[in-house]
Amino acid sequence: MKEKIIEILQDLTGSEEVATNLDLNLFDTGLIDSMATVQLLLELQAQCGVDVPVSEFERSEWETPNKIIAKVESLKA
Amino acid sequence: MINMQPYQNPTYFMLIALTLLPIVIANLYEKKIYWYQTLISFGFLLLSFGGIKWHQGIALIVYVIFEIFLIKLYFNYRAKSNNSWIFYLTVFVAIIPLIIVKVTPAIYGGQVSIIGFLGISYITFKIVGMIMEIRDGAIKEFRLGQTIQFLLFFPTISSGPIDRYRRFVGDYNNQLSRKKYLDLLEKGVWYIFLGFLYKFFIAYFFGTLLMPQVAQNALARGGISWWLVAYMYVYSMDLFFDFAGYSLFAVGTSYIMGIVTPMNFNRPFAAANIKEFWNRWHMSLSFWFRDYIYMRLVFFIMKNKLIKSRITIANLGYLTLFLIMGFWHGITWYYIVYGLFHACAIIVCDAWLRFKKKHRQQIPSNRFTKAFAIFLTFNTVCFSFLIFSGFLNTMMFHHIMK
Repeated sequence: MKEKIIEILQDLTGSEEVATNLDLNLFDTGLIDSMATVQLLLELQAQCGVDVPVSEFERSEWETPNKIIAKVESLKA
Repeated sequence: MINMQPYQNPTYFMLIALTLLPIVIANLYEKKIYWYQTLISFGFLLLSFGGIKWHQGIALIVYVIFEIFLIKLYFNYRAKSNNSWIFYLTVFVAIIPLIIVKVTPAIYGGQVSIIGFLGISYITFKIVGMIMEIRDGAIKEFRLGQTIQFLLFFPTISSGPIDRYRRFVGDYNNQLSRKKYLDLLEKGVWYIFLGFLYKFFIAYFFGTLLMPQVAQNALARGGISWWLVAYMYVYSMDLFFDFAGYSLFAVGTSYIMGIVTPMNFNRPFAAANIKEFWNRWHMSLSFWFRDYIYMRLVFFIMKNKLIKSRITIANLGYLTLFLIMGFWHGITWYYIVYGLFHACAIIVCDAWLRFKKKHRQQIPSNRFTKAFAIFLTFNTVCFSFLIFSGFLNTMMFHHIMK
């Protein structure tokens, strides 16, 4: 699951850093904006089978690769 | 009966200080006195919507009953099924009163609608947000009392900041520890005093002392003059300090009541591009538009694969968002042009960011480019506020009358 999410993030941001620094703040660095957020949610739905409605998306809970991985794993469980 | 508008005069602040004192003491003993909180909320609402404004009070009561009935109806429906058209219809019915209030002056030459009241658009934002979260299944239970507390929370009723239902209810039911509450209290009091500086000194200086003079000179010159440029900056400063001052009062008062209402401004003029500006300016509004309009529209288009190009989708989203924001400010050419201007600015900004990403090696990035970016953003924003101010409209009429 972890590898899959990192792969999605790499595709989305075009950055290698998301694979090396898992505590990188994706919003502050401008790697992800609202548009990319929606893409992320759709990819997570298609590839990981987790359904996250837009109103459940609280930025502070999704701002780093680590937080995203934790969030997806908790939704999967 | 007397009438008092929120945060306008010293008496109002004295009343806040006095009436909130029992709440402060209770919180310091880690207690909540809900009945008292409700009582003073009612008192403050009566103060703002009673007396000579009693017709607004009636409008507010009818509006809230109508909207709560609608929310409850949709909540019950959503528990059983989830048809998209019912959802769209519910949102539409919820905004009908706001549409009437916004359209009436445009049709009847400035005539104010009788169903309008101070802060109707801010309550409508909260309601539409609730309906969308009910649709998403994010709001799982409907509580009448807490919904009323949320919608009619008196510190933010007139002009926001726009809070979110689940966040507000969480604070409302949560008892803070003494230490945490003290932190909040300290911040709240500091914000209110910072608000005094913003609104009653800086905004007073720009808006009340400087602006009339500058406006008069700009009108006398007509057309493009240095006075017009001066007006642009003076108006922008007044707009910021007046609204940021008000927002600080609203947030500060909320904090004292133990509610962490979101901040509205985060040093907006330090933004290095337009996109960043909207993450710092009137944040509770821009985030509302981002979360409830832009992201949902983009999600809908991408999920249903209506448009292929991601750039086109993003740009369409920006245009929709800012056009709606323009119309929401009021149906006049300058509010709509203001919306379009920001949509274009953010589309250009996105294109530049994409270009920069591709040519990272060739484009210099240092202190000077950063300072230039801030300068450019600041001036673009001030120009947009000149459009927003309606002063160009006044100038045109002034010219025709001559």
